[in-house]
Amino acid sequence: MPPLRIALAEDGVLLREGLAGLLDRFGHEVVASVGDGESLVAAVAEHTPDIVVADVRMPPAFTDEGLRAALTLRAAHPGLAVLVLSQYVEQTYAAELLDSDGGAGIGYLLKDRIGDVREFVDAVERVAEGHTVVDPEVVRQLLSRRRGPLSRLTPREREVLGLVAEGRSNAAIARLLVVTEAAVAKHIASILTKLDLPPAGDDHRRVLAVLTFLRG
Amino acid sequence: MLARTALAAITRRPAAFLRSSWPWRSLAYLLCSAVHAVAACVTIYAAYAYGVGLATAGAVLAVAVLTLPAAAFERWRLRLVDRAPAGDPHVKPPRPGVRAWLATRLREQATWRELGFTVVAVSVLWLMDLGMVSSALWLPLLLMSGPFQPSMTPVDGLPLFAAGLLLIPLFAYLVAAWAGCRALITRAVLAPGDAEIIRSRARLVDAFEAERRRIERDLHDGAQQRLVSLSMKLGLARLDLPPGSPAEAQLAEAHEEAKRALAELRELIRGVHPQVLTDRGLGAAVHDVAGRSPVPVDVDVSLPGRLPAPIEVTAYYVVSEAMANIAKHSRARRGFVYGRLHDGALVLEVGDDGVGGADPAAGSGLSGLADRVAVTDGVLTLSSPPGGPTSLRVEIPCPRSE
Repeated sequence: MPPLRIALAEDGVLLREGLAGLLDRFGHEVVASVGDGESLVAAVAEHTPDIVVADVRMPPAFTDEGLRAALTLRAAHPGLAVLVLSQYVEQTYAAELLDSDGGAGIGYLLKDRIGDVREFVDAVERVAEGHTVVDPEVVRQLLSRRRGPLSRLTPREREVLGLVAEGRSNAAIARLLVVTEAAVAKHIASILTKLDLPPAGDDHRRVLAVLTFLRG
Repeated sequence: MLARTALAAITRRPAAFLRSSWPWRSLAYLLCSAVHAVAACVTIYAAYAYGVGLATAGAVLAVAVLTLPAAAFERWRLRLVDRAPAGDPHVKPPRPGVRAWLATRLREQATWRELGFTVVAVSVLWLMDLGMVSSALWLPLLLMSGPFQPSMTPVDGLPLFAAGLLLIPLFAYLVAAWAGCRALITRAVLAPGDAEIIRSRARLVDAFEAERRRIERDLHDGAQQRLVSLSMKLGLARLDLPPGSPAEAQLAEAHEEAKRALAELRELIRGVHPQVLTDRGLGAAVHDVAGRSPVPVDVDVSLPGRLPAPIEVTAYYVVSEAMANIAKHSRARRGFVYGRLHDGALVLEVGDDGVGGADPAAGSGLSGLADRVAVTDGVLTLSSPPGGPTSLRVEIPCPRSE
């Protein structure tokens, strides 16, 4: 994939430098690296990056400035990809992000996931391409909350549904579960039927349909 | 042990009570109302002598001027039947001078309570006090006067005298009981010290909460950032090693360890202070707690805007503790949380369809919760019959705020 131009917002200097180094190593370009929400908004206006990677919690109030800045940016620059990192997963934050502009090009991940560097960079790239990436922890909470039609799924189907909701492609799911892609496709068709969801052609719309269902 | 109040003294052994000074103290306490009686009589006399208008004006003036000394007098006489000191509820004026003093007093709730009490004391209470004393004494005294009645021989009168003497202790109880009750009323109105204790407890809880937030912030800025950084560096280092090599295996293990530490730290921090509560309020925080519960929980919480922070925090702890209990003890298949603002109070109900039998006395977190709720002037009620269902209900008075 072509190098991404990335704006980075994280108030911890140690982590910000680390992240910049990490993304650089995978061939991407960090065009702006800032420590608070306001500077992020300014940096995006100046550099028009492909994707923004932002921490939820930043100065001055250390509450949810990063998230608010991300939502502001989404409203001002439709189509701007945003990946929000958080120390905790809160469904409320995930919901606010997914509701912005249809949830395309949105990512919401625990900061812990940075440690799995390959997967993290993969998530950044997928969000930049317009996909939706949701932390497995959020998906787990959503799955535990919803009942009804979900009880009709087999354990394996639930597993697949979780991975779909996280925003994984068929190929990625097949790799993770060590099965063939055809088997994954069969599972997904069965899940969509059981949940009364329309069969969706592309991965992206499928993710959103599943997330909408789970949040409903 | 010494009784603290006349009311407490009543519950002692009769011999101990009757020999103690409490009956006499109670009598003296009630007789102090003679002062009020004189004031009332002077007013009535003045109404006859100078006309109702002038007498009323004089009485209003006298009450206005004498309210503070009268209240001080009430607090002083309280010592007769209540050993605990009754503190002066007035604050010190910020500046010397009559104007500052007057401004302070007029703005104080205590002054107006004292005014009300003085009016009631002068108009009604003295009648009840002296009436109680006289009605307690008239029968014994009448009987005891028997031998001295001209129509009666001393021999006939002596049994009556004895009966009167025997009745006196009984009526001592009546006097002490009324004196004790009146003292309770007086203390509640003129020296509301308990309220101060509750307020100071509330301050303590607030201080704890501030401290928890500070700890949360420190962990977030410090240890957590470093662990994320460490985990990232380990992840990067793994990329440089040939997969499957002994060094890579060691590093992978260290990496997993770092990730586990991070996960544990995250849970710890959430327990110290939930960030979503500060950011998004009670409704969102309750949804998030419910989302993490292993027992499916239906959430129906609808609150207009944000509530005052201490109430949000208290309510949040109630819900998390209740959820933890549902998960640990209830064996429930389903739980629910209901929350509304109703008639100026936050009403929260958490329940499940489990086995019931939750006992607040069994050293669970429930009694701690009740204490916390009490600090906010709230009430916690628990219904958990054996066999279930369990329902925990909390009501906290709650001024609306945005």
